[in-house]
Amino acid sequence: MPSDASLAPTATAPAPPGPLRAFWRAFRENRGAVLGLAVVSFILFVAIFANVLAPYSPIEQFRGFSKLPPFWVEGSDPKFLLGTDAVGRDMLSRLMYGARVSLFIGLSVMVVSMVVGVALGLAAAFFGGIVDVIIIRVMDLIMAIPSLVLAILIIAIIGPNLTNTIVAVTIVGLPRYVRLVRASALTELTKDYVTAAKVSGVGKFRLMTKTVLPNCLAPLIVQAALGLSDAILEAAGLGFLGLGAQPPTPEWGSMLADTRDLMLSHPWVMAFPGLAILVTVLAINLMGDGLRDALDPRLRRS
Amino acid sequence: MSIVVTARDLARYYSVSRGAFSGQATLKALDGASFTIARGKTLAVVGESGCGKSTLARLITMIELPTSGSLNIGGQEIVGATPAQLKALRARVQIVFQNPYGSLNPRQKIGHALEEPLLVNTSMASKERTEKAREMMASVGLRPEHYDRYPHMFSGGQRQRIAIARALMLDPELLVLDEPVSALDVSIQAQVLNLLADLQDRHNLAYLFISHDLSVVRHIADDVMVMYLGRAVEQGTRDAIFNAPQHPYTKALLSATPQPDPERKRERIVLTGELPSPLSPPSGCTFHPRCPWNFEPCARVNPHLLAHDGSLVACHAVNPPEPSTKAA
Amino acid sequence: MSGKNGALLEIENLTVEFKTGSGYFRAVDGVTIKVDKGEVLAIVGESGSGKSVSMLAVMGLLPWTAKVTADKMLFEGIDILGMSANERRRIIGKDIAMIFQEPMSSLNPCFTVGFQIMEALKEHLDLDKAQRKARAIELLGLVGIPSPEQRLKAYPHQLSGGMSQRVMIAMAIACSPKLLIADEPTTALDVTIQAQILELLVRLQRETGMGLVLITHSMGVVAETAERVSVQYAGQKVEEQVVKNLFRDPHHPYTAALLSALPERARGRKLPSIPGVVPGQFDRPAGCLFAPRCQLATELCRTTKPPRIDGALCHYPLHDGVPQNHPGKEKAA
Repeated sequence: MPSDASLAPTATAPAPPGPLRAFWRAFRENRGAVLGLAVVSFILFVAIFANVLAPYSPIEQFRGFSKLPPFWVEGSDPKFLLGTDAVGRDMLSRLMYGARVSLFIGLSVMVVSMVVGVALGLAAAFFGGIVDVIIIRVMDLIMAIPSLVLAILIIAIIGPNLTNTIVAVTIVGLPRYVRLVRASALTELTKDYVTAAKVSGVGKFRLMTKTVLPNCLAPLIVQAALGLSDAILEAAGLGFLGLGAQPPTPEWGSMLADTRDLMLSHPWVMAFPGLAILVTVLAINLMGDGLRDALDPRLRRS
Repeated sequence: MSIVVTARDLARYYSVSRGAFSGQATLKALDGASFTIARGKTLAVVGESGCGKSTLARLITMIELPTSGSLNIGGQEIVGATPAQLKALRARVQIVFQNPYGSLNPRQKIGHALEEPLLVNTSMASKERTEKAREMMASVGLRPEHYDRYPHMFSGGQRQRIAIARALMLDPELLVLDEPVSALDVSIQAQVLNLLADLQDRHNLAYLFISHDLSVVRHIADDVMVMYLGRAVEQGTRDAIFNAPQHPYTKALLSATPQPDPERKRERIVLTGELPSPLSPPSGCTFHPRCPWNFEPCARVNPHLLAHDGSLVACHAVNPPEPSTKAA
Repeated sequence: MSGKNGALLEIENLTVEFKTGSGYFRAVDGVTIKVDKGEVLAIVGESGSGKSVSMLAVMGLLPWTAKVTADKMLFEGIDILGMSANERRRIIGKDIAMIFQEPMSSLNPCFTVGFQIMEALKEHLDLDKAQRKARAIELLGLVGIPSPEQRLKAYPHQLSGGMSQRVMIAMAIACSPKLLIADEPTTALDVTIQAQILELLVRLQRETGMGLVLITHSMGVVAETAERVSVQYAGQKVEEQVVKNLFRDPHHPYTAALLSALPERARGRKLPSIPGVVPGQFDRPAGCLFAPRCQLATELCRTTKPPRIDGALCHYPLHDGVPQNHPGKEKAA
């Protein structure tokens, strides 16, 4: 039995850190990413526990308390910390429940896009030929139309509500995932370990899902994280146009739309939902950047 | 002495499109290789880029089918075999690649990587598979705690051991080794070569050893096939090729290989010119533009592999063409 | 021969440490190198030996995470370690040139070969455009490229590996350097092309009288091209000798083990291999770095850093295969 590969136990090094620990170490080097993660975690927490944290119901209208400013401006009411909107609904509660809606849309879009994108991308890479051509051309078609315009078109056909918003935003964001998975899979297919698997007798389906797919995940995860913020923005855009979640559901985009005419007289009614969108999207992007740097060893600094 | 592989005039051509307006060109990656390999023996295939050795590896491991010629593995003819017959043959021929950093799935623990061939090809129970995998790990010199680790935690030499272990999981008769030690340091190379020799003795394996490194080939080969641009130019036993090379390309290869012996004085045959592209091979003997012995028939007629002094040589200077073959 | 014409490159006690996420990694550990005018020095070692890093430190090509310290780093008597980046740039590429392992990726794919050679000329020499072009054609001819005027307009992807390496050499010798550092120049090339390139390098060295530092992992290349050889292991220089003597009588056990592990020197089916692997960042031994793998290691070797005796970094250097002052087999291992 050849033993010249390794020496006595004292000379063997302990196992190097596992992939998760190595990833976390690389991730936390990036301060912006950690900050982004903290903010996103906070927003997620608020969204999940909105019904406990929010002082009021988001749809309850308090007649006589409409258009109140936030607590640091004159004329405010301490009962409504961030003021109220045009029909007297508490801004703070609406923002908290709005987080729930926005994050729900974003996450649903992300999950569905990933599943469908992976399936189509892998199919295109593995079957090649006519299957590849059809999938890619359809994706090209989707990309050729500006995303918001296409989303509006889809909503116009299937009707405006929360579920359909998810469908529309998913379709619009699909090409990104499909192309990513396809490109990744095509690269991996050229590698020796795939050939080795084929020579060992691994069949096509197992090759796709168990051999190649795990190696395409890194860029996919990054894309999904960044796609989350895009999805939230698209949904807000649709909401602003009145094509998303319908009132009285508190969605940040539609909250912005409701307040268009109050923009000059009562700026905070518009400012808060706008700020909420900004902070959420920024935090997700920072986190996504950190993810990408941590998962792609070439970009790492040391 | 049981023969595992018999190849006759194996050829693999590719159709390459040269742009929208230029039509198809034929790339003759492999243009007629014939050899046999027996159990317990090593056939080394030697050559530089474009000689067709990688294509040969792909044909023998049935990743691709030959364009023409016959390939017989373990008594079964490949050309014309049904997919079921081919699948049954998979277990008999396995491959180890050159690049230890690309030949293992980065997302798969090596224990699982070793079990996978068994999972896919046999109906062994999970416990049996794990046991066999652990046995194989020990026999290639890996420690038991390595079972749950990922490939990036290992050095190049260790990864090659894992690749070798994986190749042996299905008890193959023939192992195709595509430059298995080229990317390793000398000291690690020695370890892996020893391991390969050991395994060959223990399991009576046949090896098809592809390499460009003649010193390694000299150490482990029984028979050698020297290839140039898709064809074999010289074939013979290891001793015949190294002690009495006949083809000018073989001579040039041997003389170009640096020897770790400062006292050695030898005539350096430095070839002029570049390796031609397989898409536009020279006419006649493909080696003639670079050959120091180039004479009249070389540019016209491609020499056949003919026996001469115990080896097979494809060279007009060695086997002068008959006057009757002067006609084009 | 060469050598006694004065020192070209003098490096003493060079140490390079890389800052990594998990502490400092010492890639080069107290290495001393001296190259005389017109001499060919080979630096041989396996992966992890730090052979490339030492030369990259001389050229100033290491990333910001590298910490370079040395007692002396002189080129033609001038201290290059303490120089500013601008002053260094005047020497690098002109008096000291370097060629690398992967010729296909060492050339900029967006520009023609001619442009890249003339750029090197423009940076360091005072010639006008016509003169630069003439010199570029002359250089391509010097390195054995046929039809040099046409090749000036070629792009790197149109060249083969051997051709690309010749172009790299042309760029390197463009300003008639006094020292050429070649980092594994032929490893990525086919055997017959390798022979051509090595022959070219040796011929150029002889014709121009420049110093040549050849970094390689192949003992065969060392034997055929170098006059002196320095052996590196795990960042340290473990031995340095004249080439003929090193092959006949290696002083350091690592060199001896490396030579006997070569397939060319095999005397049977089994190669005497060196057990274990090169120490990495986390498992550096306290005493001699080679002790864990050395057949002759004693307790002293494991605990105390070895001195330099007869050019070898070893407590018991070998002479004709016999370790000097060694306590004997009972005390070993």
